[in-house]
Amino acid sequence: MPHQDKNLPLAIEVQHLTRTFGSSVKAVNDVSFSVKQGEIVGFLGPNGAGKSTTLRILAGLLPATSGRASIMGFCVATENGEIKRRIGYMPETNPLPDDMTVEEYLRYRACLKELPRWTRRSRVQTVMEMCDLQHKARKKLIGTLSKGFRQRVGIADAIIAQPDVVIMDEPTIGLDPHQVIGIRQLIDSMRGRMTVIISSHILSEIELSCDSVIIINHGRLVAQGSPQKLRQKFLPARRYYVDCKTNADTILSALQTVHTETRIVRSNDTFDGFTRYEIEIPNEAMLGEEIVHELVNKRHIHLREITCKKPCLEDVFLAATRQSWRETTEILPTKK
Amino acid sequence: MKHIPTLFIQELRSQLYAPATYAAGVLFLVLMGAIYVLLLTSSAQMPQEATPAEEFFQLFFIPVWFMVPMLTMRSFAEERRLGTLETLLTTPVTSFEIVVSKFLAAYFLYICLWSLTLLFPYVVSTVSGGIVIAGQLNSPSTLIGGYTFIAVSGLLYTATGIFTSSLTRSQLISAMLSFCLLFIFITGAKMIALIPLGQNPELVSLTNVPEYLRTFQHLEDFSRGILDTRPFFFYTSNAFLMLGLTTLVVRRKH
Repeated sequence: MPHQDKNLPLAIEVQHLTRTFGSSVKAVNDVSFSVKQGEIVGFLGPNGAGKSTTLRILAGLLPATSGRASIMGFCVATENGEIKRRIGYMPETNPLPDDMTVEEYLRYRACLKELPRWTRRSRVQTVMEMCDLQHKARKKLIGTLSKGFRQRVGIADAIIAQPDVVIMDEPTIGLDPHQVIGIRQLIDSMRGRMTVIISSHILSEIELSCDSVIIINHGRLVAQGSPQKLRQKFLPARRYYVDCKTNADTILSALQTVHTETRIVRSNDTFDGFTRYEIEIPNEAMLGEEIVHELVNKRHIHLREITCKKPCLEDVFLAATRQSWRETTEILPTKK
Repeated sequence: MKHIPTLFIQELRSQLYAPATYAAGVLFLVLMGAIYVLLLTSSAQMPQEATPAEEFFQLFFIPVWFMVPMLTMRSFAEERRLGTLETLLTTPVTSFEIVVSKFLAAYFLYICLWSLTLLFPYVVSTVSGGIVIAGQLNSPSTLIGGYTFIAVSGLLYTATGIFTSSLTRSQLISAMLSFCLLFIFITGAKMIALIPLGQNPELVSLTNVPEYLRTFQHLEDFSRGILDTRPFFFYTSNAFLMLGLTTLVVRRKH
């Protein structure tokens, strides 16, 4: 269940963060966002958008060229030691030593992360159970594990010290659907206890598990908010599928009585003689009832089905990144 | 510094899993064993100026040139190649703790391998059926001096290997760089001392500088039982310098 509380203190605060490689390549360009404690946030963007660079800066692995990032009130640049005690980080490549067993590795990491000696054993058992490593992988060498189990070991390592903030760069990359669901359930179980920031390309998973989403493109922040808010911002129009046996003009004239700016986005003929029209109505309100009423009364339309198409996060992501590309290409010629 | 024991044990474990460690160990023991036998044989055939133990230590540089690169090339290069250094640096461990623990693990193996050569006289004594007595082959002053020199100079040589490993992701390049630097450290001062500086008294006084840095001179002093503080200071301070540089490289390059 998404969890939104406006009064929660901030876990992550990023202000005007910029990271330049060389003299001209701006991987992250004036990015500002904040994440509240206990929130699960999806960090989205196309390849090369600057997601991993931002996460590496937050993990204290890479210094920012300018701007400020803080975790639990501690500045990432100046209070690195405090930051390391408050984060769990899983990099995109998830590097693990091949010559250790899962249990040995987690004990070693628990020790480095300064877990009290008397809690180490029980904590290792707990995270192995949480990540479903206890029975099949516990005594196996990490080098012999499948990709899915390796990802789980990476996640177990990130959460072993119960950090305030967990940063995961593509935790579900290369996993099969069952494993993705398993990881989602695991992330869900952290809700409210830890702040989680996840970068991923599997947008359906992000939509299901995240309270809010941050989208960046070309190193710039494109959007931040709950999937619902972003839907309203980037895709305010409603879309409906209408299956019927009539031509486009007839259905359009019928629907324009519901809303004058209705338009047909596309149409496909089905094998049984019906046509599926994708209709767009530039209105946030649900007009399903009016559409049904209008079309049912017109018998010559031969209506079979009406479906409201709810835009998924993928549509929002595509609309947001497309808009940012348009803005970038508009800015570039004027700069020249 | 509280993480050093954990990191040291992990590093030692990782070294013991690496085939390069065993290759270095076997090569070292075979080579040093062969050298020892040759020295004993030549001493038995005709009287020598130096004892076999002294001559044995004079050839210390041969194993150092390949053993140190083989023991240290993996430490940072492999971690950097796999990316495990990145996850290590997101824990409350400092770069200096990582550098020190890797150095201590490599140095521990270096000393362990040299310690095995202490058994050579006893092996000879056993093989000869008691004709040669182990105690006769070992002069205490030479042994103490020689092994002290090996231990002290090993600090700098191991630190150099760790430093070159931090510069690259490739173990091969790390080993080659380490070999080159060790070659310069061991023979450089001797080479500089060979440069003719003429009769100018000011220039002649400059020869004291390479004299101070001459590794073989240090070894000779140690072998004769002279424990001079200057070489101690030279090797330990430069080892610390190397470890400091390594820490800076690790911080800068991750």
